[in-house]
Amino acid sequence: MHKKQTRDILLFILGGVVLYFLSGMVDELRVYQGASIAVYVIAISSIILLTGYSGQVSLGHGALMAVGAYAAAVARIELHVPIILCFAIAVLAAAIGGALLGAAAARLSGPYLAGTTLALAIGLPSLANQFSLLGGEQGLLFDVGFPPLSLGADFTQYKWFFWIAALAALISMWVIKNILSSRYGRTWRAIRGNEVAAQLSGINIARSKILAFTISAGIAGLAGALLSMTIGTVSPSAFPLALSFSLLTGAVLSGITTLGGAMIGAVVLVAIPEVADAVANRIGSSERVTTNLPGLLVSALLILTVLFVPNGPVEQHRARKARKLTLKK
Amino acid sequence: MSLNVSNLTVHHGAICAINQVSLAVPTGKLAAIIGSNGAGKTTLLRTLSGLNHPTHGEISWEGQSILGIKAEMLVRRGISHVSEGKSVVPELSVRENLELGAIWRRNNKESKESIDRVVTIFPRLGERIEQRADTLSGGERQMLAIGRAIMSKPKLLLLDEPSLGLAPLVVEQIFQTIRDLASSMNLTVLLVEQNAMGALKIADLGIVLNLGKVVAVNHAQALIDDPAVRAAYLGY
Amino acid sequence: MDFLNTFLIGITAGAIYALMAISMVLVWRSTRVVNFAQAGMALLSTYFGFEAVSKLGSFWIALPVAMVGGALFAALVEMILIRLLVKHSSTGPIAGVAPIIATLGLLGVIRATAAMIWGGQDVRIVGPVSNDGYSINGTTLVFSPLKLLILVTVLVLMLILSLVFQKTNIGLALRASAYAPEIAKLSGIKVDWVRTLGWALAGAAGAVAGMFQTVNGNGTLSPDSIEFSLLLVSGFIAAVIGGLDSLIGAVIGGLVLGLMISFVLMYVSSGLFFIAPFVILLTVLFVRPQGIFGAKAARRA
Repeated sequence: MHKKQTRDILLFILGGVVLYFLSGMVDELRVYQGASIAVYVIAISSIILLTGYSGQVSLGHGALMAVGAYAAAVARIELHVPIILCFAIAVLAAAIGGALLGAAAARLSGPYLAGTTLALAIGLPSLANQFSLLGGEQGLLFDVGFPPLSLGADFTQYKWFFWIAALAALISMWVIKNILSSRYGRTWRAIRGNEVAAQLSGINIARSKILAFTISAGIAGLAGALLSMTIGTVSPSAFPLALSFSLLTGAVLSGITTLGGAMIGAVVLVAIPEVADAVANRIGSSERVTTNLPGLLVSALLILTVLFVPNGPVEQHRARKARKLTLKK
Repeated sequence: MSLNVSNLTVHHGAICAINQVSLAVPTGKLAAIIGSNGAGKTTLLRTLSGLNHPTHGEISWEGQSILGIKAEMLVRRGISHVSEGKSVVPELSVRENLELGAIWRRNNKESKESIDRVVTIFPRLGERIEQRADTLSGGERQMLAIGRAIMSKPKLLLLDEPSLGLAPLVVEQIFQTIRDLASSMNLTVLLVEQNAMGALKIADLGIVLNLGKVVAVNHAQALIDDPAVRAAYLGY
Repeated sequence: MDFLNTFLIGITAGAIYALMAISMVLVWRSTRVVNFAQAGMALLSTYFGFEAVSKLGSFWIALPVAMVGGALFAALVEMILIRLLVKHSSTGPIAGVAPIIATLGLLGVIRATAAMIWGGQDVRIVGPVSNDGYSINGTTLVFSPLKLLILVTVLVLMLILSLVFQKTNIGLALRASAYAPEIAKLSGIKVDWVRTLGWALAGAAGAVAGMFQTVNGNGTLSPDSIEFSLLLVSGFIAAVIGGLDSLIGAVIGGLVLGLMISFVLMYVSSGLFFIAPFVILLTVLFVRPQGIFGAKAARRA
């Protein structure tokens, strides 16, 4: 176990170094996309933790991201707290929201939970219009400030976003990985496998589920704050229903039980609009088609994945390899 | 022989529930299938009625193979299955449960006549005809389940544990009814039972299943008299 | 007068939600799937209706066209998507969420496709009668001939549906297949086809809901319109209030929801348009988790 952890730390550092050099080589757009990928990785991991490990569905994580983003922005504007603290506040606020939602969720299962969180995803962002503190439809500015001068004069704003997001992603993955291999992770898997059996072996199901929801929401809140950082503002329109759906799509594409696959989903989500653009340009279609092609691709991909690679590409590959091994024996 | 089963093998995942079973039941005969829990009795019936699918083997009914035919189509060939545990629809009324049995004929007049016939066999169902099935007692539900099966005017009746969970007096009554039905309608019956004694008493022939294999086939009375069967299944 | 107006608006909206809830219940009963694409299917059917109105000029021809179109589309979805889903994704950790994900995916596909085909133009459906309110003693009510028509039509459709369910063999087959699919099969019912039929009926009911929701609103139709987001959530909530398994429950759930939203918007705040349904849903789930007509413990199914 100890050896494995050392290896993982080394891998993380190596990944960081590779990213550092990459970010120096590619253009601004790619750096910005890199930041988006990092944000999605975090958000998708929060879904994987919730759905893949504790067996609860949420279509409302977009709303929880909004909670985190607004909390961070309000803290920044009203209280002028340092940026690192803003992100902590985002995690905290969303986690509290998640705990409340989780308390309701623990009583619900499957489609009921999905529908309830769906109603939240539609309802909550529009609530921002009700409070002047939250800036209504225009939203709030969320400015993390310029990169420190010590990084050099040619260190751009986007690169700075990318660094913050990537660091946050690495830390989040690290934390989630450890939670999942802890007692809690095992408890969640036990519940997902067989709720009655888990209960009979003394697991407090409700508490365990609420905990999963709280942690997942906290992570989603961080992702929300980071997303707002890259956009520069926090507004209801940044957290549409489509965002919640995209996250679920990303999680399914990654493999709902493969935390390590979160990267796959994130890359696909960021790549799809570009792919769609390329396709639309090639076939020379109208603007209507161009604007809706990404949505179509995401949704179609979601259906196809559920039907044909239901447990995700990584798991599929692993299962195939395992089958080959047994055949050889 | 109206029902012929040869070398039938059925798997539940990796577990072999029925292993190379062969048996034959002549037209109009009542066959009791006995055996302990997990012997494969229920699986055998479910395979015959098309609910489960065999991995190997052959089933023929009235001289034709019925392998791979779906349950809903086998009813049209005269095979009626009363599955384990009072197979009625609790949310529907007694009348509707009965109508269900003849629904595939799409002939409401015939259906009404059949209901009248069932009610003369089971007067208790007549008294409760508009009640929901979940208000019935255990014995009444079993009568309803059998009644539904008769509604489709079957030639082969597959009964899975009709005595399960019923009081001794009711059990006796149900067994007697099954015997009478078989004789009066010239039905071929496969009766799966834990209550081996009760079943063998009304049966023409008995089949003993153990761990998915047929271990004995004989006249029912001969099985009752067989010391080995007595010791293993009849408990004396 | 405010009270009466609020009541009448609520009951009309509620009738439409009830139709939507009925379609959710029909689908749930036939395949145990909560169809999150139901509003999307209603949207598509409404576009069918729009095409019919613009080509044939009559709302009363367009309505059945939308219903048939919606029914056929729903039947196709069941035969292709749902059957594949049962075949490929009914085991493993994905099993519980696969239907939810698949129907959400379908919602996305329908929305995007509809936006590609009809998105650029001004799509408008004019109701068959006026939506100007009736006048009583010089005061104008919000209640209009159109709203009256919607109420009556919805009532008639529900009556027909309940007659079909209670009095016909097809209704019996639908109910038996929903409650006890194995016994239905053993009774010679082709359960697969009955399931498809359940979806088709749901598609037709959703089409009517979509058509009425459009003419009852401002008459325009857009894949991103608020009307359809509301239809998506309200249909689900109304069905849950009623218990997901009960058609009568769906009707009552729809009416209750319509009235509650209407009164909240009128007397509390009109800004609660989207959050009110959520609060109502949570309240219902806490007070009576199995819904008004649902069987106990169904929620964990």
